[in-house]
Amino acid sequence: MDVRLSGEQLALRESAARVVDRLGPRAVGQLDDAERTSKLDAAIASSGWHELRTMNDAGQPWASAVEAAIVAEELGRGLADAAFLGPTLAAELRRLASAPPSSSAVTVALRTDLGALADGAGDAVAIDAAGATTAFVLDGERLGEVQLPDGEVRVDLTRPSVRIDPATIVTPVDGRLGADDLRKWTAFGLALTCADLVGTMRGALQLSCDYATERRQYGVAIGSFQAVQHLLADALVGMEGSRSIALHAAWAVDALPAPDALAAASAAKAYCARAARSVCETAIQVHGGIGNTWECLAHVFLRRALLSTDVLGGVGPSLTRVLAHRGIGGSDGLR
Amino acid sequence: MDFGDSPGEGEFRERLRTWLAANNPGLPSSSTDDDYWAGQAAWHQSLYDAGFFGLSWPKEIGGHELPSVYDVILDDELAAAGAPPRPSLGYLVQGILEHGNDDIKRRFLPGIVNGRDRWCQGFSEPDAGSDLASLRTRADRDGDEFVITGHKVWTSYSDAADWCLVLARTDHDVPTHKGISAFAVPMDQPGIEQRPLKMINGIMREFGEVLFDGARVPAANMIGKAGEGWPLAMTVVSHEREPGELGYVSRYSKLVKELTQRVKADPTGFESEQVRDLGWAMVEAEMLRLHVCRRLSDRLDGITHGPEGSVDKLLMTSVEQAVGHASLAIGGVAHAGGDDTSLKVYLYSRAQSVMGGTSQIQRNLVARRILGLPAS
Repeated sequence: MDVRLSGEQLALRESAARVVDRLGPRAVGQLDDAERTSKLDAAIASSGWHELRTMNDAGQPWASAVEAAIVAEELGRGLADAAFLGPTLAAELRRLASAPPSSSAVTVALRTDLGALADGAGDAVAIDAAGATTAFVLDGERLGEVQLPDGEVRVDLTRPSVRIDPATIVTPVDGRLGADDLRKWTAFGLALTCADLVGTMRGALQLSCDYATERRQYGVAIGSFQAVQHLLADALVGMEGSRSIALHAAWAVDALPAPDALAAASAAKAYCARAARSVCETAIQVHGGIGNTWECLAHVFLRRALLSTDVLGGVGPSLTRVLAHRGIGGSDGLR
Repeated sequence: MDFGDSPGEGEFRERLRTWLAANNPGLPSSSTDDDYWAGQAAWHQSLYDAGFFGLSWPKEIGGHELPSVYDVILDDELAAAGAPPRPSLGYLVQGILEHGNDDIKRRFLPGIVNGRDRWCQGFSEPDAGSDLASLRTRADRDGDEFVITGHKVWTSYSDAADWCLVLARTDHDVPTHKGISAFAVPMDQPGIEQRPLKMINGIMREFGEVLFDGARVPAANMIGKAGEGWPLAMTVVSHEREPGELGYVSRYSKLVKELTQRVKADPTGFESEQVRDLGWAMVEAEMLRLHVCRRLSDRLDGITHGPEGSVDKLLMTSVEQAVGHASLAIGGVAHAGGDDTSLKVYLYSRAQSVMGGTSQIQRNLVARRILGLPAS
């Protein structure tokens, strides 16, 4: 047992951090800067990060889920507003289903509550859909593909969703998805969103500590007040616990049998989702009146956390899966 | 990056599992049952004699010089076997290892590690809790000895202890934290009176107060130099905040396992709110187990401890108290009499946000030393 990141993994983290620090949004006003987002998108694509989970010649993913999680965490920290989660989840599905490669830009469509992969087009929304033209859905035991219409929903200002027209025809894809494949995929999606949540917490906490050090009231920095310090200390504690459990979830995806990987990921998701909401709420609180205005980045972190939380199940469904894995109550609710 | 066992770790785990199957003493829980202490010394010695205690410590003191992650395996297997936790002594060992001279280490550490000698820690006083540096117990030089006078309180395991690690003031003319020295004081002497303190869950064997009225200690039992008791105390309390040093993970996992069995035995007997509390206890205990894996892996780099101990203490507290709440939710309060273990587990959990430094003090430390927020 040695859960330190390897030298290569540390280097990957550094290069993901560099990309997002150079090209990510630094202010709410920059979210509309199409030139910047296309540069960010190009940097992610040229780094090969969309292909981390595609199949290599040995039939295995090019990179482990830990590496995918390392990239996700840095992108979350820097509020990266270019697609990563969607294409990565699509690549994972394609590999697990042994589906042939395709040239179209693909993401995944989830049920409209985001709790599971959509079954057909009737109740489906494509997530992280910037630049995507199609999305994978379930088609019975098989994989299907749907075309995306125009029109975005932006709950998360950095990752738009697209509601699928229920009348959309599902085109079957040559590939089969068994129950364990779906468990593995869900575990991977949970681990990836946990990593994004950890990054989001780190970003929100840094923003808040910087602000608490600059902002003065009563003639002193507000970060010198114990009441503010304790809010931020609790935020760090929640982030650190999340980091430990999320790291294990990412490792478990490739290392453990599907039901155990899903349970590990669900435990992580329950913990990280609860912590992330609290940390992002603290960010808004520490920013005071300014934190309640559209122009402050604090709500951008919160909104990103809310989307990551709901993808493949937030606190409630995750606790249900944890309990089910230990023999209490229902099923994993995947199909 | 691997949470799995290496071949050597796997072999160790198997050996430990086999040994535990035959040697689990099946003691009641220390936090809820005073009878635990009747068997604790034998358990410590049996774990030590079989080669399963002091895994990462130096061989000279009875350790095995294994990587610290072996303690994760020990905690896993103790919980899985329903065995008692490992003795929580790491903070004393670390403090003496770091600050004691060779004579002190040779005389005291082997006995602590092998369980022949029982120790308690005389730090807190009635007027020196969070503000430990204001302590007033004094040690006055008298020839080759020091004479100790004062009052220590909230002293864990004082009733069973052969030795007390006492912090006492030896210099009254310097700033408070610079006038403190540390001593290994023998408990069996006329100048010491030990009184048990009953905890809020009713147990008597955990907490005590110790009155020193002219107790004598050889000058050679001073640990560190005169006036260097404060750095030793800081080493001890910072390790006392680390779940990896305390071995509490196995206690939490065992409690969660017992609550899980209870719910499984009566699948329709619990409301969803009760089961949800159990779900959180599972998640919290699992988080701490993995967090300890992370921290002990960092030690492979030689990183020992720093202000992160305060983060870990706050995490450990949230776990202990989530398990306490689950115990209350699933076991309920024994209003009509009968087994009141659940209530005792819950009440005991309230101490975790106080002992070893309150949660409020930990948050101050995190804010200042890790987040770098400005001084108030």
